[in-house]
Amino acid sequence: MPRRAWVIAGTAVGLGLAVLAAGLSLAGYDAGAALAALWTGAFGSWYAFTSATLVRAVPLILIGLGIALGFRAGVFNIGAEGQFYAGAIAATWVGLHVGAMPAALAISAVWSAALLAGACWVAVPVGLRMRYGVLEVISTLLLNFVAEALVSFVVQGPLQERQGIYPQSDPIALSARLPFIPGTRLHVGLFLALGCAGVLWYLFARTRWGFNLRAVGAGPRAAEVSGRIDSRRVTAQALLASGAIAGLAGGVEVTGVSYALYQNLSPGYGFTAIAVALLARLHPLGVVAAGLLFGALEAGAGAMQRDAGVPAVAVSVVEAVVLLVVVIAAAGVQRIGLVGAARARRRAA
Amino acid sequence: MSGLEELTAGFLAAAVRVATPLLLAATGETVTERAGVINLGIEGMMLAGALAAALGASAAGPWTGVLVGIGAGTALALVFAAVVVGARGDQIITGTAVTLGAVGLTGMVYRQAYGTAGAGLNLPTLAALPVPGLREIPLIGPALFDQPAPTYIAIVALPIVWWCLFRTRAGLMLRATGESQAMARAAGVRTGLVRAVATLIGGAFAGLAGATLVLAQVGTFAEKMTAGRGFIAIAIVVLGRWHPAGVGLAALLFGAATALQFLFQTLGWDVPYQLFLMLPYGLTLLALAGLVGRVRPPADLGRG
Repeated sequence: MPRRAWVIAGTAVGLGLAVLAAGLSLAGYDAGAALAALWTGAFGSWYAFTSATLVRAVPLILIGLGIALGFRAGVFNIGAEGQFYAGAIAATWVGLHVGAMPAALAISAVWSAALLAGACWVAVPVGLRMRYGVLEVISTLLLNFVAEALVSFVVQGPLQERQGIYPQSDPIALSARLPFIPGTRLHVGLFLALGCAGVLWYLFARTRWGFNLRAVGAGPRAAEVSGRIDSRRVTAQALLASGAIAGLAGGVEVTGVSYALYQNLSPGYGFTAIAVALLARLHPLGVVAAGLLFGALEAGAGAMQRDAGVPAVAVSVVEAVVLLVVVIAAAGVQRIGLVGAARARRRAA
Repeated sequence: MSGLEELTAGFLAAAVRVATPLLLAATGETVTERAGVINLGIEGMMLAGALAAALGASAAGPWTGVLVGIGAGTALALVFAAVVVGARGDQIITGTAVTLGAVGLTGMVYRQAYGTAGAGLNLPTLAALPVPGLREIPLIGPALFDQPAPTYIAIVALPIVWWCLFRTRAGLMLRATGESQAMARAAGVRTGLVRAVATLIGGAFAGLAGATLVLAQVGTFAEKMTAGRGFIAIAIVVLGRWHPAGVGLAALLFGAATALQFLFQTLGWDVPYQLFLMLPYGLTLLALAGLVGRVRPPADLGRG
């Protein structure tokens, strides 16, 4: 990343934490104790770093990559939360039925189902945009609520655990659970996230498809006229891929962390990942770093709630400030690809 | 009254009650979007308005709550306007940020003000104000004329907003800004100011909508209690074709979709309640697919 990007990122995060501290003091909390708990919960020990921070970074990196992919092509996927849940539902359903398979096969089956479910969930907004010109901003957003209601339904209906008492599914088969890195509760899904980041970096930087994607994001008309790129097709592909990755993240969460489906499985990963992608300036390797940072914030939020009595949801203030700073900085230089996004939105409208 | 008539009247009354906060938020968002600004932050502004209303009401009565709620919505809209109009930031991301920030802030304040036990049940609320005479009209009487004050405010606001938008010079300037900022500026309109004011109006309505939710509908505050109503309001604006009359009908449609749940419960039909949670969203998507091709948003909507 260029130096300017580091300055913006540093300012954004520093200001976010400062606003959080100020807000906590004003609301009457012990801000010092809260921030200390935040730090300890995220980086206080090797165990906290691996089993809290990195575990939460995995879905953020994956979803963040998907969102960055969409943004690069000028599409706004703010429905990653819903796609994550669609993936989680599919993963749980398949995961309950793969007990007889060897682990590698079982995990592949579950992940494929999650990937597919995420893609199917976003296929609705893709279709609506292609066929009717409905803004994906609105359609993906609305489908989040449908997905949450669907989770609520299946965990009290078809996928409810056998006793029928708790609103959650039975645990998935042992063969579908991801192995841990020794001495931690960090599952090997981390390597999938890192691998995806590498693949995306390669696609963006070194392939024709990646070039087309960026060209469409920068200006769909120009891409069509001068590059003979079918921008509708590229846009649809980007949105589909974006949803598929978010779905996969849901599958990884079920196979690596929760082993079961329940409501509020995601503490808003789909929204936090927007901040991840933007803070990273849509760069895949930057997404890894930003995902780590926000993973730490999520991990620390839990500790803050336990040890300092501050509701975990308070950290969304940091996310909000980060987004605002990045947006203001981007408006100054208009270099982040959002220009293309806005332009594409107008075309769709 | 016969059984069927009673059932229908109850259904309509519930539909209007549920539609009221949606309609208020959507009315404000119509003004905002007509000026070319799409404000995803109204979800957060509603939430802030809801908490502020609860705090204000328990301190000094329900009407103070309403005013504080409006103030909270407007204050957040000021932040949004500063970034979007002042710094020319992206509207979608700024709106998302404002909503996220409101979720965090209300979470913090709520826990501190009410503890983990939650807001007390003895929150003073806005009682129904029956209109003598009109209330006795069969079917629609109880629905339209036996409601708390915010419903009347919402109904009265619609024609006023229509008149301001389409029959005044200020409204013309506002719509011109939404259609083409450059042209409006060339004609001497201070487009930045227009957009900022339109955003603040939207925020005030969103705050009122949140206050209505707490003080006239639910009777208490809960974390994230708006549950996407702000986003639904945005869908209602699209569905209502950016016109106050359409927005009124669209809001009523949403109210009816939710009120079906109560109707089915009364009838004893066993349908999973989650279906009703999904219904308004599914309905919106369907309606958007059917409508959007034939309607045109303000041409400069979303443009910095």
